[in-house]
Amino acid sequence: MANSILQVENLVKRYGDVEAVRGVSFSVEEGEVFGLLGPNGAGKTSTVEILEGLRTLDGGRVSVCGLDPQRDSVALKHEIGAALQSTSLPDKLRVIEALRLFASFYKRGRKPEELLKRFGLEEKRNTFYNQLSGGQKQRLALAMALVNDPKVLFFDEPTAGLDPQVRREIYDIIEELKRDKKTIVMTTHYIEEAERLCDRVAIVDHGKVIALGTPRDLKAHSGGTTRIEVRLSKPETDGALKNLEGAVDARELDGTYVIHSRRPPQTIVSLVKHLEAEGNELVSLEIASPSLEDVFIEMTGRRLRD
Amino acid sequence: MTNFATLTRMRIQLTLRNKMFLFFSVIMPFGFFFLYAGVFARGIPYLVQYFLGPVIALTVMGSFWGLSAALVTFREQGILRRFHVTPVSPSDMLASSVVANFVLTLPTVLIEFLFARTIFHVTHFGDLVSTFVLITIGTVSFASMGLVVASVTNTMQETQVINQLIWFPLIFLSGATIPLANLPLVAKRVGLFLPATYLVTGLQSAIFASYAPWSVDVLLALCSLAVWALLTFFLSAQLFRWEPESKIPRRAKLLAAATAIPFLLLGVWENKTNRTISQAQAMFDSLNAPSKSAPPAGSQK
Repeated sequence: MANSILQVENLVKRYGDVEAVRGVSFSVEEGEVFGLLGPNGAGKTSTVEILEGLRTLDGGRVSVCGLDPQRDSVALKHEIGAALQSTSLPDKLRVIEALRLFASFYKRGRKPEELLKRFGLEEKRNTFYNQLSGGQKQRLALAMALVNDPKVLFFDEPTAGLDPQVRREIYDIIEELKRDKKTIVMTTHYIEEAERLCDRVAIVDHGKVIALGTPRDLKAHSGGTTRIEVRLSKPETDGALKNLEGAVDARELDGTYVIHSRRPPQTIVSLVKHLEAEGNELVSLEIASPSLEDVFIEMTGRRLRD
Repeated sequence: MTNFATLTRMRIQLTLRNKMFLFFSVIMPFGFFFLYAGVFARGIPYLVQYFLGPVIALTVMGSFWGLSAALVTFREQGILRRFHVTPVSPSDMLASSVVANFVLTLPTVLIEFLFARTIFHVTHFGDLVSTFVLITIGTVSFASMGLVVASVTNTMQETQVINQLIWFPLIFLSGATIPLANLPLVAKRVGLFLPATYLVTGLQSAIFASYAPWSVDVLLALCSLAVWALLTFFLSAQLFRWEPESKIPRRAKLLAAATAIPFLLLGVWENKTNRTISQAQAMFDSLNAPSKSAPPAGSQK
């Protein structure tokens, strides 16, 4: 803890009367990929942007590479790299020009040509920014985050709005950075992303960390149960579903019944029997293996994605 | 290379690739040039020389359109945010755009001189040192004013409205379109509170009446514009916002209004002494004087 590369203690951020971050604490070790997982508006971006020195904090303490993002803003910016959310580049800037321009701002750095190759942008070398596809823009954003060979990388929703195939490309890139032992702090509202990429995850909701640990620990902690989601033709009481064989929990979320079960086959058999007796019908049924989504549902009674 | 130098290069590249630039920095100034030289001056060399001051003043003043639009677009689209996570400072961002604008304005002005010489056979261009210094300080000051406009507006639309509101008095009450001598007295009196009036009269004194940089008329324009440039640039750096959603602080509009102070003071003094008005009048009167090629006797020092 003492030699963590990044520390956050009791961080508070307000926008007018709204408290967006309400006492967030965590620390990140060198070489770790740390994820902030939570729904939109949970305070993830605010937290990350305070760490990057883009926003001021209203309470608590943060330190990145031993620096205070407010006081040592310029020194910090030499040490970090970031792919921000809702950002852009000038339309008529070419890919190679963007990399060269940003590389010129730093004392040390990587060769723009090498980054082009690594991020598969060689063919787009002389293309204007506004002619790039969403995935290419995002690859460029990640490449630009590396121009100064930073100690800590911040990726804010690196795959938001990208189609599944492009998303996998970005995952490959981040996994490669992970193999290089880069320290990465990323935010996401995709469960698969957090589970696949992050060494440790902080689940954030309403400006607070509600759970923190490795994806495996978090899932184990929530019981490691299988999620069964059903839609029914007639409403049903949660109570009755909780009593199904093997079920440990059941609740209604926006018209779908979510049952957590230790023994899925038995639960489904007893569910079907129960519905027959009640004169109710099954409209759809889905089974999902345990994921961080279950942790979130258990803690908040809501789904992560909206 | 320093951040400032690489940013300046980027600005120049981007501006040259922008179609809006083509309009504001090439088509509009040359449009004005041919309107003034060909129509108002009827192609008569000494009249073209008289109108070069206003034409170049318009070219120089046009700086604020491009600068305000570029900065607001950069902020609106989240481009500035990306620069915010780098060690680049607000003054790097602002100064690079001012200098890039100067580098791009200079060729336009040179071509206007070249056209005057080759197409309209103007042989005298007055005091070139005065002219160059006035163009430099004028470009920097009007560009900085554009940056201040960008700092007190949130969207491109708002920026354009404010720009229009500023542009019309600047061009109509300063002598840049209608010679100051032809304006009604009230308009002249109002014009004395505008920086544009001193730029136009200063440039006209330099080009048409060959005034040296240390003559009162040129020096007054130089000093007042320089003070104004420093003030507006300083304020634009103070009011600079990286983030599209960050609010304009309440004091910002007040501070932006403070940029009017230098010319308010000068305007009061000028309204008492009538110095600039009589200088403009003298130059205008000399157009009808019997000797056609000679600059006005005026109050040359």
